[in-house]
Amino acid sequence: MDKHFITIVISVILGVIARTYMMRIDYRQYPTYPQAYLSHFTLGVIAAGLGAVVIPAITEKEYVAITFLAIAAQHFRDVRSMERESLDNIEPTELVPKGTAYIEDIAKTFEARNYMAIITATATGTAMYIGEVLEIPILLRTLLGIIVGVIIIFLLNKMLQTRFVADIAEIKEAEITFEGPILTIAGVGVMNIGLKESREVFLANGLAVEMIPKDPNAVAVLSNIGQRQAIQHNVAIQLGIRKDMDEPDFTPIARRNPENGNIVMAIVAMEPDMECLIEAVKRTPVLESSKRKPLDSYVGEQIKHS
Amino acid sequence: MEIGLKEFIIAIVTLNKDMVNSSTAPIFYAANEEHLERLALLIAKTTRGMVHDLEGGTYIIVKH
Repeated sequence: MDKHFITIVISVILGVIARTYMMRIDYRQYPTYPQAYLSHFTLGVIAAGLGAVVIPAITEKEYVAITFLAIAAQHFRDVRSMERESLDNIEPTELVPKGTAYIEDIAKTFEARNYMAIITATATGTAMYIGEVLEIPILLRTLLGIIVGVIIIFLLNKMLQTRFVADIAEIKEAEITFEGPILTIAGVGVMNIGLKESREVFLANGLAVEMIPKDPNAVAVLSNIGQRQAIQHNVAIQLGIRKDMDEPDFTPIARRNPENGNIVMAIVAMEPDMECLIEAVKRTPVLESSKRKPLDSYVGEQIKHS
Repeated sequence: MEIGLKEFIIAIVTLNKDMVNSSTAPIFYAANEEHLERLALLIAKTTRGMVHDLEGGTYIIVKH
């Protein structure tokens, strides 16, 4: 065990760094701080520990140890369902719900990040083992391990990077008008607002944006209802929403223009600042589950060439 | 888990006295435009429904 001690310690440390690096506390306040933060940190340590012992176990010809990884995979799948369940449970308490697609995306991210810790720890361990085989002195071996670990963290981060709405669509200001009782933005009827008072609030303080997809793939992504719910939710929590639970009139609703796939959305925000609204929409992540690439299909190719 | 009605017309508020109740949603007759708005608002607030204007002096309150 002693001869593997340094390898395991370095691998665990890099694995934990990989996990904590991805655990930023930002406007989403998720994972919630401090309790969920601690539990995810602990899970990260466990994941890193599992990844770290893989290589030493193999070098000791303890091949059965690999089955631990299967248990780990099972365990981290549970992390996903745990996250999903907890987010589902708090969903009714949100003024503007996240939507199931966004929840699924968050849950998936949490699972993936634990695997990231495992992969980083294993890669570090592998690098250090190779160093051992090549009879590199221990200090250099440690350095090699750290370098490989950091490279892996960097690569995985790059791979797991989310795209944002800004990458797939152009966002511009739109005007709110009323056609009779129908709230209309850029020619798209959004919803029927019966109360005159509510209409006046919309006309006085409402802000509206139009999202223009950059290509047919983006049209498909933005047409996804889950993606639109994510945008609504993000905008509402970042700008603050002027609404209480008995005022459904002011729920932001993103509607699609069926003619061209543009999305329009109106919101009555606490901070009615157009620039901020556009920025909030732009910075909404594109959900993994809403990603579509119809242009890459056979039919898509045919349409492109015709 | 919450259980409740959704996408359902909870009430009809109207100036049209000829409207006859034929189904589940109760009809509230308003005396004038102002009363109509007020009634709709009060019912919507108590039921957490949303007021929709059907024009011609009829509002429906729908639970979404």
